[in-house]
Amino acid sequence: MAQGDTTIDRTALFEFLTRMGDNSLILGHRVSEWCGLSPVLEEDIALANVALDLIGQTQLWLGLAGEVEGKGRTADNLAYLRDAGAFRNLLLVERPNGDFGQTLVRQFLFDAWHFEMLTALKKSTDARVAEIAAKAVKEVAYHLERSSDLIIRLGDGTDESRARMQAALDDQWSYTGEMFLADDADRAVAAAGIAPAPDTLRAAWEKVVKSVLSEATLTIPDGSYAHKGGKRGVHTEHLGFILAQMQFLQRAYPGTTW
Amino acid sequence: MYAQMVKTDADRVKTLDEMAPQERAFQERIDRNEKIEPKEWMPEAYRTTLIRQIGQHAHSEIVGQLPEGNWITRAPTLERKAILLAKVQDEAGHGLYLYCAAETLGVSRDELLEKLHSGKMKYSSIFNYPTLTWADMGAVGWLVDGAAIMNQVPLQRTSYGPYSRAMVRICKEESFHQRQGYDIMMKMCAGTADQKAMAQDALNRFWYPSLMMFGPSDADSVHSAQSLAWKIKVDTNDELRQKFVDQTVPQAKYLGLTIPDAELKWNEEKGGYDFSQPDWDEFFDVIAGNGPCNKERLGARVKAWDDGAWYRDGLTAHAQKAATRRTTAKIAAE
Repeated sequence: MAQGDTTIDRTALFEFLTRMGDNSLILGHRVSEWCGLSPVLEEDIALANVALDLIGQTQLWLGLAGEVEGKGRTADNLAYLRDAGAFRNLLLVERPNGDFGQTLVRQFLFDAWHFEMLTALKKSTDARVAEIAAKAVKEVAYHLERSSDLIIRLGDGTDESRARMQAALDDQWSYTGEMFLADDADRAVAAAGIAPAPDTLRAAWEKVVKSVLSEATLTIPDGSYAHKGGKRGVHTEHLGFILAQMQFLQRAYPGTTW
Repeated sequence: MYAQMVKTDADRVKTLDEMAPQERAFQERIDRNEKIEPKEWMPEAYRTTLIRQIGQHAHSEIVGQLPEGNWITRAPTLERKAILLAKVQDEAGHGLYLYCAAETLGVSRDELLEKLHSGKMKYSSIFNYPTLTWADMGAVGWLVDGAAIMNQVPLQRTSYGPYSRAMVRICKEESFHQRQGYDIMMKMCAGTADQKAMAQDALNRFWYPSLMMFGPSDADSVHSAQSLAWKIKVDTNDELRQKFVDQTVPQAKYLGLTIPDAELKWNEEKGGYDFSQPDWDEFFDVIAGNGPCNKERLGARVKAWDDGAWYRDGLTAHAQKAATRRTTAKIAAE
C-alpha cells in the first residue's frame, strides 16, 4: 500500500486530490467552450486537444479522490453531483474565456504552475499520485510550450495584440497568488511528502513567467493582491453557471446511466 | 453526403471523340482508374468542380463542429465528454486535410473561407438543424456520420489523388464516429423511458434531414453525369440514399426504434426498402438559408473569424519581425 494512505489523514489527501481534479475539470470545461469558435482552424484542434488532456486528467485525479475517500463515489459522481461549495479549484480556472487573449493568458499562467506542480508530484511518496503526475506532466509540458509560444508571438505582434495581451495579464494577475497559498490540508500532504508545499513552487513559476513575458515585451503587473477562496470552496459567481450547464443531465435525470 | 448539388459548368457530357487530344488523354487516364495529381494537366472545369466539392466538404466539417460542440459542456459523463471532444477535434482535422487538398488545386484556405462567409459557398444542409437533446449526439453520429460514410467510402477511389488520400484517412475516423453515435443510442434505448423517448425523438427529427444529405434525385442531372465521368462522384444520389436506408433500418430495429415513415417496407423484388422521400421543399428552403439554424451557424463562424482577426494579424506581424531580426543578425555577422 502506498505510504500516503497510512501516514496522513485521508481528508487532507482527498482535499488535495479534488483540488487537482477540479482544476483540470473546470479549466477543461472553459477551454471546451471554444469548440468551433476559435480564430483559426489549427486553434480549434489545439484547444480540443488541451481540453481532452484536462478531462482525462480529471478522470484520474477524481477517480483516485473517490477511492481515497472510501465512500464509493466515482469520478463522475464527484464531477457531476457536488455543488459549487464542494469544488476546490483555483479561482483562476473558472474565470470566463473573454477574448482569445484572456483565454491564452489564463492558460499560460496556469500551465506554468501546473507543470511545476506535476513535476514535483512525480516524486510523491504516494505511488498513485506519482503515477498520475508522470502521465499528466507529459501532456502539460506541451500545453506550456504552446501557451508560452503564443504569449510571446502575440505580445510581440501588433500594437493591438500587445494591448490585448497586456490587458488580459493585468486582469488575471491577481488570481495567480492563490496557487501559492497553503492551508492545513496543504501542510498535511506536504509533511507526508505527497505533494510540495505550495509556496515552494513560486520561484520556478516566476522564473518561467518572467522570462516568457519579457520575451513577449509584456509588463508584469505591480499588484501583489491575491484573490482567494477557490481552494476552500468559496468561488466567484461564474462557477455556479459552469456547474448548472455541466451537471444538467445528471441533475435532471438522477440515477440514469449514459 | 457533405457535398450536395455541386455544379460542373457542363451542359452535357462530351464523348471521347468530341474531345481535344489533351482532354481525351486525361479522360482515358480516368477511365483506366489512374489518379490525377496536382501538377498534372486537367480541364479547367474538372479543377473548378473539385474546388467546389472539396471546399463544400471542408466547410461542412468545420460548421459541423457547432451542433456537436453545443453538447460538449453538457455531456453527461466525463467519458462521454472526452469521446465527444475527440470526435469534434477529428472533424476540425478533416476540415484541415480537405482545405489542404483544395490548396493543391490553386485555391487558398482564406479564399474558400471568404466564400463561405459571404454565402457564395455552402456547407451540408444537415448542420442547419438544431441539436436539442443528448440523444441528438447519438443520432448525429449514427445517421449523419453514417450517411457521410456512405458517400465517402466510394470517394476513397475518386480520381483526384490528394482528395482520395484525404478520404482514406477521414473514413477511418468517421467509422469510429458512427460507432460512438450508435453506442449512445444503444445506451439510451436500453435505459429509462425518458431516455428511450429522447432517442425516438432524435430519430424522428434527424431521419428526413439525413436522407436529404444525399441531395435530390440526380438521375437526370448533367452535373452528376459529368462528375461520374470524371470519377469525382462514384454513385448517384438515389443509389446512396437507398444503400443508407437499407443499412439503417435493421439498426433502428435492433435499437427498438421506429423509423418515422409509414410507407417503409421491404421490397423483395428490388432487394431493398421502399421509403418516403423527404420534403424537398424543406430542403430547398434550408439551402436558401431558411433552415432553423442557418443564421446561427454561419453567424457563429463569421463572428469567430472576425473576432480572431487581431490574433491572426498578431502572429503574422511577429513572424515578419522575427524574419527581419534573423536577416539583420545575419548581415551583422557577415
